[in-house]
Amino acid sequence: MEVPRVQDHSSAKGGGVSALQRLFKFHGGVKPAYNKEASTGLPIAVAPTPTQLVIPLHQSIGGMPRPLVSAGEHVLKGQRIGGADGNVSSAVHASTSGKVLAVEMRLMPHTSGLSAMCVILEPDGRDEWIPRQPFDYRNATPTETRDYLRDAGVVGLGGAVFPSYLKLNPGKQGKLDTLVLNGAECEPFITCDDLLMRERAEATLKGAVIMREILGAGQVLIGIEDNKPEAIAAMEIAARAANAAAGDSSIRVVSVPTRYPAGGAKQLIRVLTGIEVPHGKRSTDYGVQCFNVGTAYAIYEAIALGQPLISRIVTIAGNVRRARNYEVPFGTPMRDLVTLCDPLPDSDRVIMGGPMMGLLMPADSVPVVKATNCVLIGSKALFPAPPPEMPCIRCGECAKVCPADLLPFEMYWFSRAKIFGKAQEYNLFDCIECGCCAYVCPSHIPLVDYYRFAKSEIWARELEKESADVARERYEFRLLREEREKQEKAAKLAAKTAAGREKAAAALAEAEKPATTPEEDAKKALIAAALERARAQQAQARPENTDNLTPEQQAEVAAIEARRAEIREMAKPHVRQSD
Amino acid sequence: MTSYLFVVLGAVLVNNVVFVRILGLCPFMGVSKKLETAVGMGAATTFVLTMACGASYVIDRWLLIPNQLEYLRTLSFIVTIAAIVQLTELIIQKTSPLLHQVLGIYLPLITTNCAVLGIPLLNVNLRHNFLESLLFGFGSAVGFTLALILFAGIRERLEAADVPIHFRGTAIAMITAGLMSLAFMGFAGLDKYK
Amino acid sequence: MLEAILVMALGAVVLGAALGYAAVRFRVEGDPLVEKIDAILPQTQCGQCGFPGCKPYAEAIAKGEAEINQCPPGGDEGIHKLADLLGREFKSLSAEHGIEKPKSVAVIDEQACIGCTLCIQACPVDAIVGAAKQMHTVVAQQCTGCELCLPPCPVNCITMEPIAESVENWKWKYPVFKITPAQKAAV
Repeated sequence: MEVPRVQDHSSAKGGGVSALQRLFKFHGGVKPAYNKEASTGLPIAVAPTPTQLVIPLHQSIGGMPRPLVSAGEHVLKGQRIGGADGNVSSAVHASTSGKVLAVEMRLMPHTSGLSAMCVILEPDGRDEWIPRQPFDYRNATPTETRDYLRDAGVVGLGGAVFPSYLKLNPGKQGKLDTLVLNGAECEPFITCDDLLMRERAEATLKGAVIMREILGAGQVLIGIEDNKPEAIAAMEIAARAANAAAGDSSIRVVSVPTRYPAGGAKQLIRVLTGIEVPHGKRSTDYGVQCFNVGTAYAIYEAIALGQPLISRIVTIAGNVRRARNYEVPFGTPMRDLVTLCDPLPDSDRVIMGGPMMGLLMPADSVPVVKATNCVLIGSKALFPAPPPEMPCIRCGECAKVCPADLLPFEMYWFSRAKIFGKAQEYNLFDCIECGCCAYVCPSHIPLVDYYRFAKSEIWARELEKESADVARERYEFRLLREEREKQEKAAKLAAKTAAGREKAAAALAEAEKPATTPEEDAKKALIAAALERARAQQAQARPENTDNLTPEQQAEVAAIEARRAEIREMAKPHVRQSD
Repeated sequence: MTSYLFVVLGAVLVNNVVFVRILGLCPFMGVSKKLETAVGMGAATTFVLTMACGASYVIDRWLLIPNQLEYLRTLSFIVTIAAIVQLTELIIQKTSPLLHQVLGIYLPLITTNCAVLGIPLLNVNLRHNFLESLLFGFGSAVGFTLALILFAGIRERLEAADVPIHFRGTAIAMITAGLMSLAFMGFAGLDKYK
Repeated sequence: MLEAILVMALGAVVLGAALGYAAVRFRVEGDPLVEKIDAILPQTQCGQCGFPGCKPYAEAIAKGEAEINQCPPGGDEGIHKLADLLGREFKSLSAEHGIEKPKSVAVIDEQACIGCTLCIQACPVDAIVGAAKQMHTVVAQQCTGCELCLPPCPVNCITMEPIAESVENWKWKYPVFKITPAQKAAV
């Protein structure tokens, strides 16, 4: 049987099936120094379990999962500790067995340096799994499969951490043409996908086959940058075996030219299929869906082994002597990993992700989460501070390298002036923040920072707008209700007065009788008694130790009272200001 | 036939009302802050000016000249224009209330837009026939719209620019208008290649 | 002379008739501008502008009875948006109507609440739940931070608390490059 081979993008003359694979080009891109060799020398090692795991509940895009455990509880490895909440959310699990010490706010691996809810877990060292059972996805409805994957916490491991169960939806047609597996891994320093493909190609392929079945995709294209020949070879062998088992040749490993950001979903789809997903559309509208190879492996583990996502492969690289890839349980502090790799003394920062798109961490104590594909250690020598920002000279270099075909200088112009509407007109939200524009900018403008600023401002405004709309609706409903109540009252009153007139005559006749009836007298007595009781209680409730005080004690009490009053006074304007 | 083309071309580019004849500067500075309003104002002025040229030609030719009432020309033109502007205002208020609000005072002020009175009077001076009058009016209005839109486009970008503080607002707008006027001088003589 | 008068009179009659017809033909019902203004206003319904709600204020602006700088919750940005929409000049927030404050929500001290329902009646968006002699609480997501519940409370148990920054609502800051004195090449 013919099996597709690895092929060079530039020549389509190689014989056999591989010749059919034509590659396309995406617009722009850059070729930064890749620096990948340092961490590919050694195989993946299992990181030691730390003495304490800090597992953030919010590790994926979407709603924050609600905690399912409380302090003092004992949990098993793989036990769900955070349940998916809302339509877009993904579960979180205990990375090992142990005792929950607390569920509290801890510093997050987020540039803001803010805290969020985390489960603090003290491992018991037994590493005891929950009962694991493979999931029979063939006999399950698509909804059941998706719910299972949501509860298994599988999210996109390429860095975006979008819940995978939402992407495993074939769309309106019910099936897709192509499943693209993203093994391009274009960012410098990062090699976690490379090593995964080298060492766990078979399992990754099995994951891809499962995804293909769920999606009903015709073919599987595995795109790998041509600077990873070992990974390509390993995946080739696995693909050949999978094709032989299925009796066709629908899984193909395709080597793509090395150019940043070939690993962007839209860019890889463009290179492999020639389809350019336009603004406002999804790739599934064109019969293509794209997953990271790490996600495929996670899906294999979840479905075939019954293991939820509790660890991932993380590259530790940068300013270290022994850069390496580790299989890290989520919640491990980054500091522990850095120590394993023997950092150089001048290291001064930890970056989550690569040098192009990575985020600066507020401290090295933050935990590894599902989005952590790389822990990059930086120093002033390795990543020198950028030179001062100069004015934009509209040279257009940024537009030449933009892989999303945008006009970065225009978006910058309006983002900088805070004219967000105009920035949005230039399709700011199609920007993938790859950093190519800032990389080539001769004026050293931190363009991506401006885009991030503009994007979060726009999001905040949209949220505000939404809540304003809700408030308007509620206000108008209230006015409506008040109007209705008024009318009802008026109607009741009218009815009452009509009835009242009839009664008036009868009441007049009764007016001669004594003003109070015996029942009313009894009621009054009751009220008086209740008042007396209340008064007595109040008297009792007074502080008992205020009588018979020495003059010193009285003076002390007075001083304390004065201080209290002063504090109250001080607090008042303060509260007003903080309003 | 080409003479008609040159009437239009000359009115749009060569003798642009704003940049060369320096007419109608009030709305030109006033409503050029946003592209959207500039387009609206341009459209309204185009409608008014074309109508005014046609109507004033008819009034001049069939009413004033036969009765030797040329001295009433300016007066009757103003009345006609005022009526047409009122009509336009009513229509705009109905079709685009937002544009009506945005144009604000400038909409009734089309009445006193010197370009709107100037072009019909120029028509008389240049002894244009009816079709030429209409085309000249239309061409001038298109020229006005063109100037307004170009200027609004520049001003929208200027808003995001680092303009020295004393030049912000009207000052930089005036400088820009001056530069654009210089640029339009480059069209001089274009309508002489007959 | 007579001809002149006749000509002008004729013109006046014809044009007047045309305008009269147009006025009937193109009559505008209602004022769609109010909706656009209302969409910009923050819908806190706080009444700081001097009108009983955002909609009445919008109506007043559309009629030209109110200035555009009377809305403290909307802040300078809201005024800029209104100025853009209406083609008016920007004016800074008028001090007599209040100052712009960070967005806050009302919080009821549930220990101190006596269950008088006065705040429930004051809340313009029905964001306070509770019943007579029962504890009240504020539904934070729906609270607009209008502060209208503060004055009626007989025990002063309601405080305004600014919405804290969290990982979800954190915003990227405007890029600022710190200017540092030039360093001599020490390498």
